[in-house]
Amino acid sequence: MTDPLTPVLTANWGDERAWKLTNYERRGGYQALRSALQMEPADVVALVKDSGLRGRGGAGFPTGMKWSFIPQDNPKPKYLVVNADESEPGTCKDIPLMMASPHTLVEGVIISAYAIRSNTAFIYVRGEVLHVVRRLQQAVREAYSAGYAGKNILDTGYDLEIIVHAGAGAYICGEETALLDSLEGRRGQPRLRPPFPAVAGLYASPTVINNVESISSVPSIISNGDDWFSSMGTEKSKGMTIYSLSGHVANPGQFEAPLGITLREILDLAGGIREGHRLKFWTPGGSSTPMLTDEHLDVRLDYESVAGVKSMLGTKALQCFDETTSVVRTVLRWTEFYKHESCGKCTPCREGTWWLVQILKRMEAGHGEEGDIEKLLDLCDNILGRAFCALGDGATSPITSAIKYFRDEFEAAMHTPAWELFPYERSTIFVREPVGA
Amino acid sequence: MSRPEGGSLSNPLEPLPATPNGHAGGDIASEELVGHGHFVTHFDEPSLDYSISETKITETTLEEMRSIAARYPQARSALLPMLHLVQSVEGRVTPAGIEACAEILGLTAADVSGVATFYTMYKRRPMGEYHVGVCTTALCAIMGGDEVYAKLQDHLGIGNDETTDDGKITLEHVECNAACDFAPIMMINWEFFDNTTPEKAIEVVDQLRAGAEVQSTRGAQVCAWKEAERVLAGFPDGRADEGPTAAGPSLLGLRIAEQRGWKAPDREHVADRKDEEAK
Repeated sequence: MTDPLTPVLTANWGDERAWKLTNYERRGGYQALRSALQMEPADVVALVKDSGLRGRGGAGFPTGMKWSFIPQDNPKPKYLVVNADESEPGTCKDIPLMMASPHTLVEGVIISAYAIRSNTAFIYVRGEVLHVVRRLQQAVREAYSAGYAGKNILDTGYDLEIIVHAGAGAYICGEETALLDSLEGRRGQPRLRPPFPAVAGLYASPTVINNVESISSVPSIISNGDDWFSSMGTEKSKGMTIYSLSGHVANPGQFEAPLGITLREILDLAGGIREGHRLKFWTPGGSSTPMLTDEHLDVRLDYESVAGVKSMLGTKALQCFDETTSVVRTVLRWTEFYKHESCGKCTPCREGTWWLVQILKRMEAGHGEEGDIEKLLDLCDNILGRAFCALGDGATSPITSAIKYFRDEFEAAMHTPAWELFPYERSTIFVREPVGA
Repeated sequence: MSRPEGGSLSNPLEPLPATPNGHAGGDIASEELVGHGHFVTHFDEPSLDYSISETKITETTLEEMRSIAARYPQARSALLPMLHLVQSVEGRVTPAGIEACAEILGLTAADVSGVATFYTMYKRRPMGEYHVGVCTTALCAIMGGDEVYAKLQDHLGIGNDETTDDGKITLEHVECNAACDFAPIMMINWEFFDNTTPEKAIEVVDQLRAGAEVQSTRGAQVCAWKEAERVLAGFPDGRADEGPTAAGPSLLGLRIAEQRGWKAPDREHVADRKDEEAK
């Protein structure tokens, strides 16, 4: 039996100065790169495919398969782009990973670029995390100095340039085609697919875009083998992954476990919901994944099981809210987020999110009007599947799922302000009133 | 009423005082509303102030811009870092900065302006020395971000995206900054200030205004906003080694695993088991 927690990516986060190359190497860092460079690129792709690694950025697409879509007969340069634009509300795993152990990512970048025969790789990191940018810049410089990047890597004849690129504040740039437009120096707006990035991505060349955690998992797969990786997790959701627990819990934090652990198991380890309170609703993988309730504590947190309860595993961002929290208020604030972050390219999302906010605002104030719930659902119906990219779909998830589980609160919004039903200070971490009062 | 103090945060019914720049006074809900409820989007925000023509961009800046462009297979990819560099010199995006980017990349000023106005980190008005961002996306808002933001507004006497008279602090509510396990989060010049409270936030901004050195809870000592922008443009400041590897919540699962002796399977063990299964 596999242990409940399996630190691999997080294993060195407790080390002194884990971000330094020498400390990373002392733990066996860059040995995977040496092994990979002895393999044929196609064999690296096959190994990652066989491991069952699926994208950790939310969609869960098999990583090795994505790599195999790169047409090797295309004469254009091939590019690897790491999506380090972590911005999905609730998601907070890639930032600590890059802060603590940027070399895990950099080693993964070099191996992955080698596998797809790319000579240029980009790490597109959101701009609002200055110290993470510093650590990445330094790790890449150290990798060049050690001969792991640049020309003729470890005397194998393989060349790779790695560019750390800071974004400028736009959630939409986490959408892979918007990220590419942004990286080309344009507004970050999504592209129509097909063509898919594997065929025509950055500069219309074959491009692989992977999440930080996906790429960071590659060195461990090379070192330990595909069987080792697939010995963790479930039949279709293999390997270890980082779950991020936040909100009204006794102890929030990062938990690296095999795919398939349940929220109940994680909460048990974390000391449960904050004292004197109980779980009301939670997200399995960020605000764009439909919310769940305490009925779903035993749902296995793997791609299939979460889909089985009409949500998505997403980024494994477990945001927990207790009974002091107004669902209407929470959903309003998420909807304001989507409205702010809508890129404006397509009408359903640009206009739809604006109207959703208008309705939710009056509902929060207790001034909901008859038919508002139906209007919300109708608007969502006109956004879902009709928007240019997944941002619009994501914007509808909190609303439709909240109405499904907490319709009575939306009914109450016709006459009573949310702050009267759920006094807001009781939800804060610095609440001073006695517990349960 | 038990609403948070100072919080007209999302109450559309309260009157919205207008400020001289045409924005209503600083609360979250009011941003979309000007005057008599006329709706504006961010596309209607004041454009660049072309009345200011002086610039601090020098030949050195232009050289650095060219060096950024040379990092990329195609020069236009350099536009985002170049705009960060403009801000590091000018304290905001200026018309002269736009022209310089356009000139070097062979674009029109309209092309560059179109990009600069898309991203929230590019500022059209002069920034204070310290950008204080309070996360008010759902989880942080609920866990106290709204109160932190409201108390800072009261304490500093400024609204959203406004700067104190001494030029020290620009306050803004920001979207999720990927540190939800440390909620509520405040960012100062994009360094983390974790588990913040109204009292802690006020103490930190007071220290900054008094010229004291302030340490991020999980990063480096806070530098000036322009210096931070220079790092984002790709010019390291040599401070990557400040701060811890990780802190508190980031280590929780790892510490529990260590205490209980839990770890990932060993490679040999997996291989043996596979051999057995094969037999």
